[in-house]
Amino acid sequence: MNLDWRWINRNLGMIGSLTAQHAVLAVLPVLAALVVSVPLGFLVHRTGRAANVILSVLGVVYSIPSLAMFVALPLLLGTSILSPVNIAVALAIYSVALLVRSVVDGLRSVPVAVKQSASAIGFGWFARLVKVELPLAMPVVFAGLRVVTVSNIALVSVAVVVGGGALGQLFDTGFNRNFYTPIIVGLVLTLLLALIADAIILLLQRGTLPWARRRRTA
Amino acid sequence: MSYFSYLFDASRWAGDGGTGQLLLQHLAYTVAAVLIGAVVAIPLGILIGHTGRGGFLVIGLSNAARAIPSIGFLVLVVLLLGTGFGKTVLVLAVLALPAILTATAAGIAGADPDAVYAARALGMTGGQIVRKVEWPLAVPLVVSGLRSATLQVVATATVAAFAAGGGLGQLLISGQRSRDYGQMLAGAVLIAALAVVLDLLIGGVGLLAARRARPRSKTRTPAGVARA
Repeated sequence: MNLDWRWINRNLGMIGSLTAQHAVLAVLPVLAALVVSVPLGFLVHRTGRAANVILSVLGVVYSIPSLAMFVALPLLLGTSILSPVNIAVALAIYSVALLVRSVVDGLRSVPVAVKQSASAIGFGWFARLVKVELPLAMPVVFAGLRVVTVSNIALVSVAVVVGGGALGQLFDTGFNRNFYTPIIVGLVLTLLLALIADAIILLLQRGTLPWARRRRTA
Repeated sequence: MSYFSYLFDASRWAGDGGTGQLLLQHLAYTVAAVLIGAVVAIPLGILIGHTGRGGFLVIGLSNAARAIPSIGFLVLVVLLLGTGFGKTVLVLAVLALPAILTATAAGIAGADPDAVYAARALGMTGGQIVRKVEWPLAVPLVVSGLRSATLQVVATATVAAFAAGGGLGQLLISGQRSRDYGQMLAGAVLIAALAVVLDLLIGGVGLLAARRARPRSKTRTPAGVARA
């Protein structure tokens, strides 16, 4: 199973653009989902007992296999089956389903005494949320962010079955031609992307939450 | 809705290669793979959780499993080993392993230490502690591990059609080749339904298991205590 370096050299441009496409398709939905999930998570947290019901429903959404989602979305969105928009929207839905849970779990993990102290020294509900509760909830949110980003990067490839899939196309090429090199290249680059994305999020977490450095969040 | 006509067309369901057969095949892949995964992962998870050794293996494995694109892994194995029911099940079982292993190890290791100390003080052997204390307390987590493994396998068995044929993924593949969106949609709806139904089913089992593991947390009746 030797790698055919000449094939790699000849297709370097294509491999590069597939990698870039892969990264964008996986990461953009996470960013969009994060923006939506923080306020949504706060609202769900505020619903009290109903929160668990909402989280269970999100769990069901999360359980839908990605391929089914890629195929069903064009019907709802009016897009073409080959459109990368389907993939981005599907991944955004999964990301929201998981991140809302992370936000709720994070807000729940804030000790009551801390919240009461903040109120006692004069924080209003909004200031308390933004300056006390959210920062303390962030380690849990970051943990969810890492899970979602890494699994998104793996999931983009699945879309090759419906004719998209960025780096996943290399699996198709290799499979049709009984040729290992593209498959290995696809696997290695996907894992590399996941590793880099995970490291970047970890660095962001260290940079923005220096006080959480010694706390284990996984 | 014309898109849904394929799904509700009785003639498509019957016979060889019909929707009914594909559904059963998908279910067979899933059940076989999760069972094999469980037979390997549960004893290993108990060992790791009980001895407290090999935790790094569990963490590494579960992280790697999340990052590996299942379709790439599948295509590679099919090219190396060829296709067939047994081989596909084996690949799916490998993908089911990490979730079950992580959950079992976490469940056993997370058993209430007071209960474990008490059991030891009563003179139980290591094996007895596992069987009578740690395992019953770990069951809810093990069930949740089986749940995520099942979802992973249902999803990946769909992808398996791409490389090995069979299962509900077949509807997506043939639908895509013949530009029959109705057929693809039929596949998608059935796959999603299968996943959600299995998820709710195992979730229900998990609730029952949790109630058995901690009868007093839900019901404070004497019957609950007696059963524990």
